[in-house]
Amino acid sequence: MNQDIYIVVEHLQGQVPDISFTMLAAGRALADSTGGDVVGVLLGNNAQGLAGNFAADQVFYIDHPMLAEFTSDAYLIVLAQLISEKQPRAVLFGNTSIGADLASVLSVRLDVPLTYSCQTIGENGQLISQICGGKIMAESPLSDETTLITIIPGGYKPEQDQVSASPPITQLDAPALDDLRITLKQYIEPEAGDVDISKEPILISVGRGISNEDNIELAEELAEAIGGVVSASRPVVDLGWLPTSRMVGKSGQKVKPKLYMTLGISGAPEHIEGIADSEMIIAINSDPTAPIFDVAQYGVEIDLFDLVEVLIDKVNEAKG
Amino acid sequence: MNITALFKLVPDLVEELEIDDSGTALDMEWLRLIINEFDDHAVEEAILLKERSEATVTVIAPDNEGVDDVLYTAAARGADRLIQLMGDFEDGVNNHALARAVAETIKGIQTDLILTGVQAHDDLDGSLGPLLAEYLNMPYIGYVSGVELSDGIAVVKKEYPGGLIGEMEVKLPAVLGIQAAEEPPRYVAVSKVRMAMKTASIEELEIADLDPSGGPEISRMFQPEVGERATMITGDEDEIAARLVEIFKEIGAL
Repeated sequence: MNQDIYIVVEHLQGQVPDISFTMLAAGRALADSTGGDVVGVLLGNNAQGLAGNFAADQVFYIDHPMLAEFTSDAYLIVLAQLISEKQPRAVLFGNTSIGADLASVLSVRLDVPLTYSCQTIGENGQLISQICGGKIMAESPLSDETTLITIIPGGYKPEQDQVSASPPITQLDAPALDDLRITLKQYIEPEAGDVDISKEPILISVGRGISNEDNIELAEELAEAIGGVVSASRPVVDLGWLPTSRMVGKSGQKVKPKLYMTLGISGAPEHIEGIADSEMIIAINSDPTAPIFDVAQYGVEIDLFDLVEVLIDKVNEAKG
Repeated sequence: MNITALFKLVPDLVEELEIDDSGTALDMEWLRLIINEFDDHAVEEAILLKERSEATVTVIAPDNEGVDDVLYTAAARGADRLIQLMGDFEDGVNNHALARAVAETIKGIQTDLILTGVQAHDDLDGSLGPLLAEYLNMPYIGYVSGVELSDGIAVVKKEYPGGLIGEMEVKLPAVLGIQAAEEPPRYVAVSKVRMAMKTASIEELEIADLDPSGGPEISRMFQPEVGERATMITGDEDEIAARLVEIFKEIGAL
């Protein structure tokens, strides 16, 4: 086994998402404690150009037509062979729609340990994971054998321009990719909504605490008074109360408004991921321990139904 | 078509969570457990598929305080067969151990499709679905929010960030990690659950051995140190609203 840290770099439709750069930064922190190199692992088809700004000591690139777009089946065959052949100290995946389809399967296939939801690397190379909706942290030492790790955002900035020169790229042969059980048929682009919440300066965002569909109107009224639009956390969209185009968070939109005001959103990590670039977050929630208060600049612990109508009146008064 | 849905119970995050005396695990004694919300969606998706394709639905869950109620509720929603895994689950087991146990159980059941939640908030050693899939040598797709079944295959909608969907075809049998059912989990009246308690039965299957290898060795569990928390605005509704309006003006939102 060597002491290198491998990063399984994600890309989708020709774009490298932030999580890949977050992983490269986390991998650097881990490599500093093991004394190994940071090695980017890129799978694709004519995709090596994507590796130019990876903050890695080197990049392994594996090219095959079946790797042009992500499917777990093909990726798993390539990664299982690479990891068992090279025996790195650790392999990092995103805790994402791509990485989470890979890491658990490889843990079983290669019989190696897996640590999930790692957010930061401790001073002595410990893995610090965030669980229970951000309410609990769990620390584990890096195992002596090859260890698989999934990385969540929040611990390291996804800085893309940390390299003065492109890392050296080594192209490795792809194994045979036959008898695949999963195929990508097509991508379906999201339907454009009536508004693009990623560009709106003021968002009034509702969560489970809004309690029922009729109460969405209350949020609409507040948004209208203050000149914003209504967005939502995942549960509200899953319940069909607002369209997918209004969803903020990991599986929805990343937003960067001047004002992000939440009504009854607890602030699960998947939601926080989408609002980190907001200039001002004001949280209204009846649970004083809600994680949303850890990221908001201002908070109000109150039953939102006691406040919102009064607030609408005050906003209208202020406008004259 | 035989569909299996798996669920586990997890701590209700509305309650206060505490670390036990070992400092390496949650204190389970006073925890209120509820169904993992993604598993709830997996059960719902299984029942939606049954309604569209005349499948039978088997629901499997490990023994935990309150699991009978959730199993009977699944029966009231439309599940045909209920299986409770009996073993040393009270203190919590990791997903590697649970996946091994479920894999052994499922080898004795004919199944074409296994649905489970894409993740649970207490996952520390991977997710149940992909671990199970590999123990059973089945393909796995996670982050699924739509499933269409046809001859020997499933066509699924896999979610990517920003609302992008990858439509993928997978050969059956397969395991899917459900992000969201096509419709929200249905509500069933308590009277229907009571009726299910009389008419449905829970099969109890003993699990001999729970092997947690493959998971991390937790050396410390702790509540995160909160950095700068929000400045809390206090007072009555009028005072709070007035202060919020001031802030809106300060940042130029009004």
